[in-house]
Amino acid sequence: MSAAKRSRYLTVFAALAVFTVIEVAVAFTAITKSTQVVLLLGLALIKASLVALYYMHLRSEGPLLRVIAAFPMLLVIVLLLLPVFDLALAQ
Amino acid sequence: MERAIERRAGPLAGVSTTKFAMWLFLASEAMFFGGLIAAYLVLRLAGSDWPVVADVLNVPLVAGNTFILIVSSLTMVFGLAAIESGDQRRLRQFLVATAVLGSIFLSIQAVEWRELLAEGTTASTSLFGSTFFTLTGFHGLHVLGGVLFMLYVIARAFQGRYTKEEHGGVELMGLYWHFVDVVWIFLFTIVYLV
Repeated sequence: MSAAKRSRYLTVFAALAVFTVIEVAVAFTAITKSTQVVLLLGLALIKASLVALYYMHLRSEGPLLRVIAAFPMLLVIVLLLLPVFDLALAQ
Repeated sequence: MERAIERRAGPLAGVSTTKFAMWLFLASEAMFFGGLIAAYLVLRLAGSDWPVVADVLNVPLVAGNTFILIVSSLTMVFGLAAIESGDQRRLRQFLVATAVLGSIFLSIQAVEWRELLAEGTTASTSLFGSTFFTLTGFHGLHVLGGVLFMLYVIARAFQGRYTKEEHGGVELMGLYWHFVDVVWIFLFTIVYLV
């Protein structure tokens, strides 16, 4: 294993660990619920992107695999937003 | 078949059929968990008797478990990097470490479930219980599937079946394992922290 690869994987690991600690801290901090939700979802998205880009090597894959990976993420976002808007309208 | 596709030009150049298929499978899995999470959100936002999550769930224990899964992703990617440089001994070590970490994750989840069940929270007592056990249960099943898949890959690694040139199985194992980690990243946030 090359030193550059090793150091890149370790840096991603350190970022994932630090973000997890920040997440738990945010969850137990007295801030408004909406701020908390935005921060936590943002952190989760960053962590998931790091794993996909560096550990699943999407960063160095061709456009086809990137589209296959990104498309369901877009669909899931729509899937999550639709019921939230529906509930908000119903209230 | 695999070779034929590898020689193709265009967007599929250099992508084996098995890797292509694994990505399609993971895309369908993302939709599966997306559906479950959407159902969870609808029931949680519409449900009036949702408990304060930190009062019911053992967040520090599960945060530790999350850390274990992150470490297992690191050992997995180190295993792939080892065989990419032809180091079979280190491949075996990292694969075994990943399987052990996955098993520890499952054991801690079992402890968490036992605590909840002992306190009277089951899949049929409330919407919270029902969605909690469904989401974490399906993820746990995926980790279990990953550990079993890993044992198969480990057995092949001990037979010396993976080399610097041919290690597609390790790469597929890694993709699946990291995907399960990605799903947990979202579940940990949505079920335990929000």
